[in-house]
Amino acid sequence: MINILEYLENTVLKSPDKPAFIGEKSTLTFSQLHEKARAVGSGLHKLGIYNKPVAVFMEKSADMVAAFFGVVNGGCYYVPLDAEMPAYRIKQILETVNPPIVICDHSSEGLLAEWGLLNGALHFTQIAAHPIDDDALRSIRLKSIDTDPVYVVFTSGSTGVPKGVTACHRSVIDYIENLSTVLEINADTVFGNQSPLYLDACLKELIPTIKFGATTYFIPKSLFMFPVKLIECINENNVNTICWVASALGLVAGLGALDKATPHNLRTVAFGSEVFAVKHLNQWRKAVPHAQFIHLYGPTEATGMSLFHKIDRAYEENESIPIGRPFTNTGILLLDDDGNEPADGQPGEICIRGTCLCLGYYNDPERTTAAFVQNPRSPFADPMYKTGDLAYLGGDGNYYFVARKDHQIKHMGYRIELTEIEWVAARLPGVQMACAVFDNDVSRIILYCMVEEGTAKPTVQTGLKNELPRYMQPHTVIILPTLPQTPGGKIDRVKLLAMYKEERKS
Amino acid sequence: MLLEILQELHPEIDYAAHTTLIDDRVIDSYDIIFLVGEIADKLDVEIPADELTPENFNSYAALNALVERLG
Repeated sequence: MINILEYLENTVLKSPDKPAFIGEKSTLTFSQLHEKARAVGSGLHKLGIYNKPVAVFMEKSADMVAAFFGVVNGGCYYVPLDAEMPAYRIKQILETVNPPIVICDHSSEGLLAEWGLLNGALHFTQIAAHPIDDDALRSIRLKSIDTDPVYVVFTSGSTGVPKGVTACHRSVIDYIENLSTVLEINADTVFGNQSPLYLDACLKELIPTIKFGATTYFIPKSLFMFPVKLIECINENNVNTICWVASALGLVAGLGALDKATPHNLRTVAFGSEVFAVKHLNQWRKAVPHAQFIHLYGPTEATGMSLFHKIDRAYEENESIPIGRPFTNTGILLLDDDGNEPADGQPGEICIRGTCLCLGYYNDPERTTAAFVQNPRSPFADPMYKTGDLAYLGGDGNYYFVARKDHQIKHMGYRIELTEIEWVAARLPGVQMACAVFDNDVSRIILYCMVEEGTAKPTVQTGLKNELPRYMQPHTVIILPTLPQTPGGKIDRVKLLAMYKEERKS
Repeated sequence: MLLEILQELHPEIDYAAHTTLIDDRVIDSYDIIFLVGEIADKLDVEIPADELTPENFNSYAALNALVERLG
């Protein structure tokens, strides 16, 4: 197998009329998905676009998935964009990848026009109406190799410039084959999708759906505010498998929804991307005792998830839930600062080896070579990705996450560099210095800043709203006359966080 | 106090006039946990899950009525 679309091409022969992707406004069966994806690929061919990044800026929908696969059909790779991203971020991404076209829809064309970017935009309905040219698609496929890119997704960068993680067919196939075994996906699987389509997290649903002829139901985002309605929705749609960020599951449990409604069809509940409170896991396990709960861990740079742990016992609130063992065909190394393997039980940085590794960061050799490095313990070419996450190997053979090496946090499942928030804040007029901290206990981002005289807090808050993606916006902005410093002259984050926690308690 | 909590989240909003906070996505899923937490901490009112509905959060007046009813 070379190309991810082989999954779709096999499935469409077996269950052409089965719903593949169900959104709020439209549903696509496998044959409709296959048709649209071939039309989009043919349209790209007609335009002479091949082996290029193609931006897809649409609202979350079955059509957006058809656009992704259509781009791949045309021998190109997709760059997902979303209206949730602020304008400056979208412009940064477009500048970085410089796509020959942006596939848009009614929801995004207005924004593109507003930003003066309509030039080069093409409406999905237009390109999806293109006559299918199977001969052209066949010749494109013949040239396809499994190290060709599939997509570029952007993740927060510590210097304010996001990084375009580029994955290839081989890494996606390796990931999905092993993930599907762990999650026990089959044709009866009905996914309830939570993750946005502009993150790699959505691969967990998109690719197994076309591989097995399963179904993905896109849960309306607004329901995550109203957890009882959310449970009713997944019951009505017969959702039996969910792969959600831990905070989404935590929200349902924490707001007490599991006492009011039971998602009784669930058989697989996978969670990850951040630490899941044991209290919430226990509430979930009590509510759906027959479901298999699986903890997943992995960075975007290794295409998705790299380690898993099937929950097989109750945990006490003072225990950590292990991140478990690596997927088949994934290699894990722990290395200390000197490049040595720490003794069992001692923490080291998680380094990942294997086919799951991405191609690196788009057009960014500097940051690529800093993160994707040669295994110092190998006498031959052996690339590995340094995650920046510290873990230790427990006596039970499972890995346990300890902490980050840097200022990256996970919030609502998103990976965020606190220094990027500070970088954006410090560029706002009137802001002299800024320091962002994350209070893990209540899952809040707090921004401390020093401002010029006459700069009011609401001005800073409004500026942040315009400049930062929603999930990066601080919940609280606190203005101080000076920011405390460490003896070395850096802003004292530890002290600021302690100050916030103290104030919150009083 | 409730107004202060809301203003901390979205200082640019005129809560007296706005009656479509949910429909217009002013308040979104990121805010709900913060709001429920702050209302519990500062007003000592626990909002049960079945009261988390769009209607109860669409305006300051509706949320205030909810808090008074539960308080």
